Amino acid sequence: MHDSIALTEAVYYILLSLYTPQHGYGIMQRTEALSNGRVRLAAGTLYGALSSLTEKGWIQLLPADPVSRKKEYILTNAGLEALKNEVSRLKELAENGEKILGGSEDDK
Amino acid sequence: MTNKTLYKWFWVWDFEKEERWLNEMAQSGWALCKVGPCIYTFEPCEPGDYFVRLEMHSPDASYTAFLEEIGAEYIGRVFQWTYYRRKAEMGQFDIFSDIDSRIAHLDRIGRALAIIGGANLLIGFVNTFSPAHFGWVNLLCATLLMYGLGRIHGKKEALEKEKAWRE
Repeated sequence: MHDSIALTEAVYYILLSLYTPQHGYGIMQRTEALSNGRVRLAAGTLYGALSSLTEKGWIQLLPADPVSRKKEYILTNAGLEALKNEVSRLKELAENGEKILGGSEDDK
Repeated sequence: MTNKTLYKWFWVWDFEKEERWLNEMAQSGWALCKVGPCIYTFEPCEPGDYFVRLEMHSPDASYTAFLEEIGAEYIGRVFQWTYYRRKAEMGQFDIFSDIDSRIAHLDRIGRALAIIGGANLLIGFVNTFSPAHFGWVNLLCATLLMYGLGRIHGKKEALEKEKAWRE
């Protein structure tokens, strides 16, 4: 089933960060690095998103690290699928924007 | 330098003002280290060493563990209000970065005010007709709490309007 609901920026970057296993602070840092500091995930927002994404089956909790006891998450196949759909949706948005704005630039 | 204790009153609907004040204290070299009803204890710190945040939530061990995992320190609780701080060198520390979780937070505050306000209203009515004649105290409390509920609702409406056109 094709799920065409737009993801929030926060969810999009959380999913992208979890392409490789990450713990909470790692997700925050990766998101900030990927977006050049533009997107900052706040603690409560990230916690809520991690819970609902786990419930939805898009990410999963890895067995806890016995030393640091930090919880690590990773993208599931369903999550990867959702992320790919979102990338093509965003591509469409960006291409249409460029087509129209880029075109008007040439008309000048 | 020793710790310093200040006594200050904030209305529930002014929690953002309270948070601003706590961060101004941290900016001027005083980090919140203990908290009680209207009592704030600060310890000396390097100016701007900490970001301080407060959030209303019921006790939730896994949430607090998560915050500690990302480097935040639990300071204490006053009723449902929980105080956290994190070293500024770890970057900006915020609890909310999206409109939905801000709205959910305001809903939690609103629900608490409605429950306490409703209880006062009920007790007030009952006491008005009892020989004790203390009903007006509860009715006054109820009025104040309902005013608070209105303020919280106003904040929520502003956020919902914003949500209509942005994430």
